[in-house]
Amino acid sequence: MARFRVNGVAQDLDIEPEMPLLWALRDELGLTGTKFGCGVAACGACTVQVNGNAVRSCVTPVSAVEGTDITTIEGLAVNAAAALTPVQQAWINHQVPQCGYCQSGMIMAVSALLTANPNPSDDEIDGAITNICRCGTYPRVRKAIRSLTTTA
Amino acid sequence: MKINRRRFLLGTTVVGGGLLIVYATTRPSKHFVANDTLAENGQSFLTTWLRIDPDNTVTVLVPHSEMGQGVLTSLPMMAADELDADWDLVRVEQAPATDLFANGVLIKGFAQSMGVSVPGFLDGAINKVSEIMNIQITGGSSSVRFTGENGMRVAGAAAREMLIKTAAVRWEVPESELTARLSHVYHDASGRSATYGELASDAARFEPSPNPRLKEPHEFTLMGKPIQRIDIPAKVDGTAAFGMDARPAGMLYAAVKTSPVFGNKLVSVNSDVALQRRGVVRVVELDDAVAVVADNYWRAKQALAALDIRFEATANDQVTTQSIYAQFDTALQGELNEDVEQGDTPIALAGAATTIDATYRVPFLAHAAMEPMNCTVHFHDGKADVWTGTQDNLGIRGRVASISGLDENDVTMHMFYLGGGFGRRLPNTTNTIDQATRIAQQFDVPVQTIWSREEDMQQDYYRTAVTSAFRAGFDASNNLIAWENHYIGKNEPAEAAHPPYSIPHKSIAYADSPTHVPLGAWRSVAHSQHTFFLESFVDELAHKAGKNPYQFRLDMLQDKPRHAAVLKAAADKAGWERNLPEGHAMGIALQESFGSIVAQVAEVSINSDGSVRVHRVTCAVDCGRSVNPDNVASQAESGIIYGLTAALYGEITIANGRVEQTNFNDYEMLRLSDSPEIDVVTIESGAALGGMGEPATPPVAAAVANAVYILTGQRVRELPLKNYRFTAAPVERLA
Repeated sequence: MARFRVNGVAQDLDIEPEMPLLWALRDELGLTGTKFGCGVAACGACTVQVNGNAVRSCVTPVSAVEGTDITTIEGLAVNAAAALTPVQQAWINHQVPQCGYCQSGMIMAVSALLTANPNPSDDEIDGAITNICRCGTYPRVRKAIRSLTTTA
Repeated sequence: MKINRRRFLLGTTVVGGGLLIVYATTRPSKHFVANDTLAENGQSFLTTWLRIDPDNTVTVLVPHSEMGQGVLTSLPMMAADELDADWDLVRVEQAPATDLFANGVLIKGFAQSMGVSVPGFLDGAINKVSEIMNIQITGGSSSVRFTGENGMRVAGAAAREMLIKTAAVRWEVPESELTARLSHVYHDASGRSATYGELASDAARFEPSPNPRLKEPHEFTLMGKPIQRIDIPAKVDGTAAFGMDARPAGMLYAAVKTSPVFGNKLVSVNSDVALQRRGVVRVVELDDAVAVVADNYWRAKQALAALDIRFEATANDQVTTQSIYAQFDTALQGELNEDVEQGDTPIALAGAATTIDATYRVPFLAHAAMEPMNCTVHFHDGKADVWTGTQDNLGIRGRVASISGLDENDVTMHMFYLGGGFGRRLPNTTNTIDQATRIAQQFDVPVQTIWSREEDMQQDYYRTAVTSAFRAGFDASNNLIAWENHYIGKNEPAEAAHPPYSIPHKSIAYADSPTHVPLGAWRSVAHSQHTFFLESFVDELAHKAGKNPYQFRLDMLQDKPRHAAVLKAAADKAGWERNLPEGHAMGIALQESFGSIVAQVAEVSINSDGSVRVHRVTCAVDCGRSVNPDNVASQAESGIIYGLTAALYGEITIANGRVEQTNFNDYEMLRLSDSPEIDVVTIESGAALGGMGEPATPPVAAAVANAVYILTGQRVRELPLKNYRFTAAPVERLA
């Protein structure tokens, strides 16, 4: 059994404790906004927030998130009580996504970073946002982040 | 004389251009069929690509796949501009993968009549014709310059003429007194106006003109403006659906293990071990692979990992990267096929005051699109439904039909965004589709076959490794007079190994040297290898001649003013070799590909651990005219990061006949922390439109390597750069 809340909704799943959270979200709950990229926590496409912290769900067994509050890309704006969060709006303003596959994870990671540290240094951004984007949207990711911070 | 394929490809392109007229005169009338079969609730197709609803919305049906290149925005902009549609009333749909929206029979017939053999990765001939014929293949940086320029604009303009003609008939006034703007037709003299929606059903009765008047650039209302991409909102809130997000009712999941040595057959598998596990439904044995099908992908993957799968042993088990490179070296000593012969290179080299030799090499590369390969298939009632993201929906439809023995019209494609394309998701290099079809044939419910990242990395159709050997000669005045180049593998595009510079004597030839490693198109195709070779070797020649590498190139571009202007724009914008911080240097490179000319200047330093740091890439682009300028910039940024990732890290190696790399931990990717700043400057030359999906990828490797030479005195003749530990030893700068 696995019990946790996803985007504010309590879930009680009859699944193996070692099942990665990613596959519980995608294949058991049908929340497909969280993406499978590598399965070894190397790319960040599967990033969700667990109690507000960015976590790579492809290597996080559901046993490790028992009783937690999980936010996925589908719930990000809902939890913020707005159509879009400032991070999502910045992503549109700067036309960040290309193919878009990595962007759920990218946005979840950036949102967690800016909540914990509203004015990160470039080194702090580099250290926290290690998500892979094969379309190479990195220059726009940095610009979009910088549009939300007070230090340039 | 033996007809060699390269020349044939050139010929095909020319003939294909002629077919455009056939297209333009016959294709739009298919809108009558569309109105009979697809229109509902008063909708009217004015051409197959443009539908106008009574509420005055215009829907543009785009026959290409969106993989991040912005095609779902650029093509509708081109149609809507010529239509004088109100952009706020424009909607976009992907054209269905049905015969109505393509002409596969004509393409196949045309290709076969020309003797083109379709299978194999070098399907460039088919691709080129298809692009021009507006078939649904997305590749070759072709959508805007072919479908857009020759199709969407014509469709929009033709529809506009039909609407004006309708209003003229209805109001009994001359067409010359009518104007169209913002989705209305106006008769200013009488003050009358009508929306397109009010005119559309009558307008649809006319035959679209094959050659409507197209706007001059100064008349454009949308083209040339930075329009926000229509697919982006869905890509920031998780609602954008990719192939792997398909969730048809009752779906099962398949995890697959294919023989790691390409082509080796399955010998045995202990299926019972998997069948005992929770959620596992069946183990499917394929010719060279095993699939476990379960009710959850993770369960399928775990069960697959528990199996003891045996594949046959073959001679390919002995192949290594080293044996392949040795094979290449031997091939280059054998008989070569002619590519370019100009002047008399052997005599020029024999009489040269100085000659210089260099041999370059690049490795195999994987595409590593972010969305691992996947395909969902459901066989039912003698038909099939397919859910996948692909660069060619009609091609995949045909592929599934041929494997399963169904008629193509009994295969329904459900289209999705692509989580990266880069050449990986073309039908003849998509073995996932074949497996997914064969697995699903054994079920009456939908089955989603997903490749793990490891399978994707080890079962790709790779960018080929190439060895390329050069010899050049200078006369006594240090002018470059002779260029000899022998390389492995024929090129697609054919001109990839042709330097743009004026050199009196050139001799370029190639040897084919196939291996068991499957090959496919990789962003910019052969330009990705040859631009590194050409622009690095030209740089060597500049230093050998004692000339500044920028000026050396410029001096040899006097008959190519567009190339010279692009090179100069990149150098000017970058501040070529001016005001550089201590320990930084610049390298420059130039390449024309897919109709666009790109020059890049890379500003580079050497880290304390001897690795390379790229601080900034300045990119000048002449793609003729920017349809969506911000998207031109984003495609340039994307192409640079893709090419830089390969230059710094990209290397697929072969040992024991199989790929050694497994995932992103041993096939490294550029990340935010090592991403350079990128400046893009565009030159609006007004020349024929060039593509933008690929042309920014080729130059960056040489630009970086040329800067490394300035910093270290070491000429990089083999990639990737991660294999070097450089020591700073600056060479003298040349004026």
